[in-house]
Amino acid sequence: MSLDTDDIKAIAKLARLRIDEADVRSYATNLSNILDLVEQMNSVDTEGVVPMSHPLDVVQRLREDVVTETDQREEFQKVAPATQDGLYLVPKVIE
Amino acid sequence: MSHYHHKTLAELSGLLQAGDVSSTELTEHFLSRIKQYDSTLNSFITVVEDQAMQQAAEADKLLKNGGAGPLTGVPIAHKDIFCTRGIRTSCGSKMLDNFISPYDATVVSKFKQAGVVTLGKTNMDEFAMGSSNETSFYGPVKNPWNTDTVPGGSSGGSAAAVASRLTPAATGTDTGGSIRQPAALCGITGLKPTYGLVSRYGMIAFASSLDQGGPMAQSAEDCALMLKTMAGFDEKDSTSLEQEIPDYTAALENSIEGLRIGLPGEYFDDGLDDSVRAVIQAALDSYRDMGAELVDIELPNSSLSVPVYYVVAPAECSANLSRFDGVRYGYRCQDPQDLYDLYTRSRGEGFGAEVKRRIMVGTYALSAGYYDAYYLKAQQLRHQISDDFKAAFKNVDVIMGPASPGPAFNIGEKTEDPISMYLSDIYTIAVNLAGLPGMSVPAGFVDGKPVGLQIIGNYFEENRLLNVAHKYQQNTDWHRHMPENYR
Repeated sequence: MSLDTDDIKAIAKLARLRIDEADVRSYATNLSNILDLVEQMNSVDTEGVVPMSHPLDVVQRLREDVVTETDQREEFQKVAPATQDGLYLVPKVIE
Repeated sequence: MSHYHHKTLAELSGLLQAGDVSSTELTEHFLSRIKQYDSTLNSFITVVEDQAMQQAAEADKLLKNGGAGPLTGVPIAHKDIFCTRGIRTSCGSKMLDNFISPYDATVVSKFKQAGVVTLGKTNMDEFAMGSSNETSFYGPVKNPWNTDTVPGGSSGGSAAAVASRLTPAATGTDTGGSIRQPAALCGITGLKPTYGLVSRYGMIAFASSLDQGGPMAQSAEDCALMLKTMAGFDEKDSTSLEQEIPDYTAALENSIEGLRIGLPGEYFDDGLDDSVRAVIQAALDSYRDMGAELVDIELPNSSLSVPVYYVVAPAECSANLSRFDGVRYGYRCQDPQDLYDLYTRSRGEGFGAEVKRRIMVGTYALSAGYYDAYYLKAQQLRHQISDDFKAAFKNVDVIMGPASPGPAFNIGEKTEDPISMYLSDIYTIAVNLAGLPGMSVPAGFVDGKPVGLQIIGNYFEENRLLNVAHKYQQNTDWHRHMPENYR
């Protein structure tokens, strides 16, 4: 499997990662090599094998639908880059 | 100068209980060792001197007035992947360089409740992605046995700090070998528990179906003491298992006469360094002398572990790391033009190259049209890898082999070639894919560099693993060796 520089740019966009133009080529090489390694999976036929979701076949535990968390907004927002009136600030989205 | 750093965690616990030393003295001793040595080793990202001394004073009160447990007053260090309230929790990344955690991980609060003192937070590969501790934003950690070499990773800081006795013990996490491989390369004892035994709450997620926290210490006995505190059901972790926690210390002395040890041919193939092979063979001979029986077994799908891992782990990491968006916490780029610019530059500038590689591999593998070919296929193979182990454990009690194909490699040796780095985890990854417990135990040296014996157990058989490791450590002294410059 070989990825070119356009593929890398498309993947980086999906992943919301800014990649420096100068590094795109080396990412293309590295990712292609990783996908080549991953190709080895195709040497085994897995037709009909159930995919493993948990090593011990445990199912998702459910809990009562009640409030368990207390309000810690102030504490959590202390570590935010920008807040105002209890809200997180981002660049303007709607004109 | 007293030599408290020559004592294991269990021995220090004994001294504290007997009143022969105070927690304050011990904490001062290890803090001063960190000051003396860590500018070279770089094993700590953050040292919390004031808080440690306060915790020590509180532990001393408990020890004097009653209410102390077996670990009260011993100092340890936490891998910087565990959230610690009021203390920077960086995960080795620029992304979280400014992150003061507002809460404690369950593992951290359990140790606090046990009266354990936290010395600081140890260095690690960025977001635990690496096998050499070279991807850390805070620079590489050096291996105390040979400072030109890596300590392994991702729990490289914890391994180096314990090996140089800057701390008696530390916590680590293991997603593909991140406790066992650095434990092997630094000559300490490390245990990766059964998936679901130790809570992942507050342990910054890399690959959620593989991540598991565990102890890194000087001996199996020390690991048993630590695991007793770390393990247990936690409703805050949806994959935590409701499992009775045995007294790991009580099982240490069980006889291993007649123990059946499986040796997978795949773990002794051409990829294994010959000098490492000789060390492992000598360890197996010791077990035979102790009355164990060596049995050849097969793990036919084990060669697919690395390819499967490099689908599952990146896929899960790309999902987990999407939370780092420059909005709620962590790094934010300067002067974002719009929301897209805010996301992409905060993430592009905040993450290092290896993390970006894995996020992109995962994004690609999970993108429309590719899911079946990658993630689904990998999860099917994971079932087969896990079935190999199930079949093997019908016939043997534990499985043994090397923890790493070679001893510590040089700093910079594998950074240009990610694939060669990935292959250094070739013997440890399958255990994570299957969710099994595994250990690395010091078994000897090659050119002055430590070699680790890996012991793999069946689900929830940590007590047996610790017992099997402890018996070996009663018959050998590899685990008591210390690097010369740190005695």
